[in-house]
Amino acid sequence: MAAASAPAAERLVRLAARVFTGLVLAYLVIPVFVVLPLSFTSGQLLVFPVPGWSTQWYRDFFTNPVWTGALFNSTVIALVVTVVATTLGTLAALGLHGSRSRWKPYVIGLLVTPLAVPVVIFAVAIFYAFATIGLVGTYLGMILAHTVLALPFVVITVSATLQSFDPNLVRAAASLGAAPARAFRTVTLPIIAPGVVSGALFAFVSSFDELVVALFLGSPQQRTLPRQIFSGVSENISPTITAAAVVLLVVSVALMGVMEALRRRGERLRNPIAETGP
Amino acid sequence: MSISGTAEAGASVGKGAALDAVLGRAVERSQRRHRWIMAGLMAPSVLFVVAFLVLPIGLFLWRAVDNPEIPRYLPRTAAAAALWSEGDRPPEAFYAALVEDLRGLGDTPAVGLIGRRLNYAVPGYRGLVTKTVRRLPDAGVPSKRDALLEIDARWGDPRYLAVLQRQSGPVTDFYLLGALDLERAPDGSISRVAPEQAIFIDLYGRTLVVSLGVTAVCLIVGYPVAAVMASAGPAAANWLLMLVLVPFWTSLLVRSTAWVILLQNEGLVNKGLIALGLVDKPLALVFNRVGVFVAMVHVLLPYMILPLYSVMKGISPNHLRAAASLGAPPFRVFRTVFLPLSLPGVAAGCTLVFVLAVGFYVTPALVGGPGDQMIGYFIAYFTNSAVNWGLASALGAFLLLLVAAVYAVLGRAVGFERLKVR
Repeated sequence: MAAASAPAAERLVRLAARVFTGLVLAYLVIPVFVVLPLSFTSGQLLVFPVPGWSTQWYRDFFTNPVWTGALFNSTVIALVVTVVATTLGTLAALGLHGSRSRWKPYVIGLLVTPLAVPVVIFAVAIFYAFATIGLVGTYLGMILAHTVLALPFVVITVSATLQSFDPNLVRAAASLGAAPARAFRTVTLPIIAPGVVSGALFAFVSSFDELVVALFLGSPQQRTLPRQIFSGVSENISPTITAAAVVLLVVSVALMGVMEALRRRGERLRNPIAETGP
Repeated sequence: MSISGTAEAGASVGKGAALDAVLGRAVERSQRRHRWIMAGLMAPSVLFVVAFLVLPIGLFLWRAVDNPEIPRYLPRTAAAAALWSEGDRPPEAFYAALVEDLRGLGDTPAVGLIGRRLNYAVPGYRGLVTKTVRRLPDAGVPSKRDALLEIDARWGDPRYLAVLQRQSGPVTDFYLLGALDLERAPDGSISRVAPEQAIFIDLYGRTLVVSLGVTAVCLIVGYPVAAVMASAGPAAANWLLMLVLVPFWTSLLVRSTAWVILLQNEGLVNKGLIALGLVDKPLALVFNRVGVFVAMVHVLLPYMILPLYSVMKGISPNHLRAAASLGAPPFRVFRTVFLPLSLPGVAAGCTLVFVLAVGFYVTPALVGGPGDQMIGYFIAYFTNSAVNWGLASALGAFLLLLVAAVYAVLGRAVGFERLKVR
């Protein structure tokens, strides 16, 4: 009797768990996309049902100098941050990979610290520091601060790629007469490239989406997209904000989609080697 | 023959040893060079993080005890203040030093800085300083003390004098005490501030309640979801993972904005509840604690699910089958096998969620009410609006201490590689 009822109870529990999971995932995903239909509303209010469809808010977003300026600032800052953070982070990951120093764990700890410190503390601290050397309200200040926050993503992503990198390939290149620089350029770099690109995308998104540092360091001239959305939401939400939010959403989801594709490609490329290996 | 043979062998041994030595030196040189190259590769990032993270945070924390204003702008007063013991009447020399210092400042902004600094301790001190500076007595008056008391009787008040004396050292515990709702009485003893001024103990309590509550909700909601994901087939698991990662990748700002829109009085949630007949009039769901919980759990849930999922995926189904084949009913299998094996994921998820939650600033600012703001908000407030950098720094120090303590206890479970996905 008990034996017959146990599987039924178990099935019930499994079903309940699945329904629960579905509800939780709906709770996670739906709010992300709720801004999408609202940004196309023909009305003035952000309410459902949407009275009609219009692209007027996107027109406003792409013509109003307040918003285009914010988009420009965010893009320029994020691009420079990406270049600097990717360069520094990739070099550091290569150094960590090749190093057997007893300081290595401390270096890793230091380089991921920006992720562990509450961002509001970092923002206030860098605000005080930059205030004394005149970097508050400058593009340089914003770029330096965002680079600190982006660096760990590059280091972690490139380090993860290097974990599966076979050092014998570089030795083979060297034994065939390639100088270290040439071996790096023709062997190491192409293999770790997907990791570097992923790290660069992370760096870009982390800067493009960043708000707290932008609130403290930016003057109206460095007004970024998140900051403009934030001040809009705190005052009154106009549909243009939802259009801006959709732009932010599309940029991050698209770039992360590229990253996911790179990751899967990397897995596909790695697995056959693992299977045919000794 | 044998002799020459031995000699030959000896020569070759000598040659071999020499070769070894040469090779050894070459290997050593090459290794040294390798070490330098690796250090050189790491150096730029290390210097960058030290210069733009470690140093600024160190300077920021130093401000919690730093007390530059009075020693810098009232140096004679500060020196004279050390000469009389607290509770006694200050000597005439102290008043003379004060008058001389204030005269030296004239109309400079330093007057404002000193006024602000003393005003933190006793409201009204700023007015006293500016008033005194405007009507400073002549150098010739016989008693500076009488002259100052004539300008304002408060220069004879032990409360004002004690503050000036106690705050004239290069470091102070004033801000750290203040951030704990404590103050020094004129006699130097530490006591609680008046209940209507005490805001920080409440603030820590609120921050902890919200952070622990959000962590608990994330664990309760996230655990079954991660378990279902871990038990799903590879294709389904990939899809479920994507559904967790999409909100994870989305800007926190977009998600908080979405919750403001969804939870407002005319929002989708209230309309749905009314349509279902569950309520008659819209519930207050946003700009209060409910909104903070709904939005913060939404932002932080992936940080719970992802580490749980990665640990649960590593639990071999063979363990579960073995337990079941030995006769354990499903719940017992869960309790004695699955749950203990999943604990590292629980520790990692809870650490991440809690540590991120205590530092939250943007989400409570957008979806919370005035009574829902956490430590992060007050750090920003004392930096931007109230301009009390010492207090902002003391609050920051306590927040950082809390985060560091959590990492120290549970940090090993986190493994920052798991943060690879933001």
